[in-house]
Order: sequence, then structure tokens, then C-alpha cells
Amino acid sequence: MQERIPILQMGRVLLVTIQVDMHDRLALQLQDDLTNKISESGAKGVLIDISSLEMVDSFIGRVLANISSMASVLDAKTVVVGMQPAVAITLVELGLSLNGVLTALNVMKGMKLLERE
Amino acid sequence: MPVLNSEVLPVRGEGDIVSVRQAVRKWAVEIKCSLVDQTKVVTAASELARNLLIYGGGGEVRLEKLQEGLRGGVRVTFEDKGPGIPDIPQALSDGFTSGSGMGLGLGGAKRLVNDFSIESEVGKGTRVTITKWK
Ligand SMILES: Nc1ncnc2c1ncn2[C@@H]1O[C@H](COP(=O)(O)OP(=O)(O)OP(=O)(O)O)[C@@H](O)[C@H]1O
Ligand SMILES: [Mg+2]
Repeated sequence: MQERIPILQMGRVLLVTIQVDMHDRLALQLQDDLTNKISESGAKGVLIDISSLEMVDSFIGRVLANISSMASVLDAKTVVVGMQPAVAITLVELGLSLNGVLTALNVMKGMKLLERE
Repeated sequence: MPVLNSEVLPVRGEGDIVSVRQAVRKWAVEIKCSLVDQTKVVTAASELARNLLIYGGGGEVRLEKLQEGLRGGVRVTFEDKGPGIPDIPQALSDGFTSGSGMGLGLGGAKRLVNDFSIESEVGKGTRVTITKWK
């Protein structure tokens, strides 16, 4: 059984909605899948909706940062949207700065941000 | 200190890290922690369960619901029989990793809870205990 997080393509943007409490391998799988999909599709933007995520630890944080830097090597921008306030507060205290990761409050604002780029 | 309830979860694989997160969340909700505090203790537990698996080679996580006077608490103990930590202050410092991580787990977990203690003996194993009070 190969569990995967679906990636939706909307024009030149790839949209991912993370709706499960991801185990580590699933997060790494997403990182690989997104990288492949960007290079196949020539997408210019990646939108990752984490509004359902109740926790981001150092592992998931690192995966988000990796996705963002791999996408940028492939000439695509990544925006992480919808982080819950409690998750954001916890991340800061954990000491994780999502360096280089663009964030936006919601999908609409994330889309706008990508359009501007 | 009265322990109202306890539960032991084995950690043998990645899926068990998710189970630990869910169990800690459930208990934090039961003692009526705020959403921020729930998130903090769940995140700390996730870091420590992963360390237990990756560096400790797996082990056990014990959850306990505490009552001290009027306040409730959740205590979580992570115990492995792995290689142990030779230099605890170094391991606790942000940025130190012997693996491929960012070296944030231990120091970060300590910041996210109210009580934190770590005991480790080289060749014997490691025990980390955290408590979040309501
Ligand atoms: N249970 C353990 N048994 C043996 N060594 C451990 C254990 N937990 C942590 N360590 C050691 O302490 C170091 C620091 O741990 P910490 O969780 O802070 O960072 P990390 O796991 O290396 O990276 P990150 O958690 O940011 O992904 C580890 O690299 C490892 O050498
Ligand atoms: Mg760690």
C-alpha cells in the first residue's frame, strides 16, 4: 500500500492540502512527488495548505523548507498557507525559523502572492 | 504526587510517533490545556519520540495524568535502551546533531514544557521526562 498526499494542478500552480497527521515517510514522499511534478509540469508555483495541520515539528518544518528550496532550484515559488496560530507560536519557541519559506494567511492570499512573483 | 491514569506506548516505527502525538493530544485536552499548550506538548513529544526511535533504537513512552492540588498535568516519559548520550549539555544545545537533523529537538522540547529532565548512561540508555501543567 502506497499512501500519498494528492497534488492538484491548477494552471501553473500545484496545490497540496495536507489533511492528515503525517508520518515522516509520508512527508518525504510528498517532497519527492512535488519535486517530480514541478519538473514534469513546469509549474511556477507551489501552494501548500497546512490549515488542517495541528502540529509542525522539526521534521515537518525541515520538509517544508526542503520543498521550498528544491522548488526554487526548479524555478518555482512555494507558499505555505494557513498555519494555525498555535502552530506558529510553537514553532517559534521550538526555535525553528522557516527560513526562505514564503507564508500567507490563506489560499487566496497565497495565490495572490504567487501571481505577483 | 497522585497519578490518576497511565498508559504505555511502544515506539518501534514511524507510525508509533504519530500514535504518541495523538495520545498526548488526547490527554492534554482531557486536562483542559489551552490549544497553544496542547500544541506545545504534542510537538515536544513528537521530537522526543523521534529521538527515541532514531537514536535510541526504539523504546517505550509512558503517559501519566497527574493531579497536584487543583491543577492537572500530563507527564510523558521516553525511555530507551540505546547507546545513551555522552555529553548531555552538548546534546541539549541548539544546533548540535550527531545525525542529519537540525539539533533542535531536545532544546526545543525543553522550552515547550514546564518540567524537563534527562538521564542517560552511555551503553545503557536514555530517559527523558516532560510535564505540561494546565
Ligand atoms: N534517545 C537518545 N539516545 C541517544 N542519543 C540521543 C537521544 N536523543 C538525542 N540524542 C543525541 O542528541 C542529539 C541532539 O538531539 P536533538 O533532538 O536536539 O537534535 P537532532 O535529533 O539531531 O535534530 P532534530 O531534532 O532537529 O531533527 C542527537 O543528534 C543525538 O546525538
Ligand atoms: Mg531530534
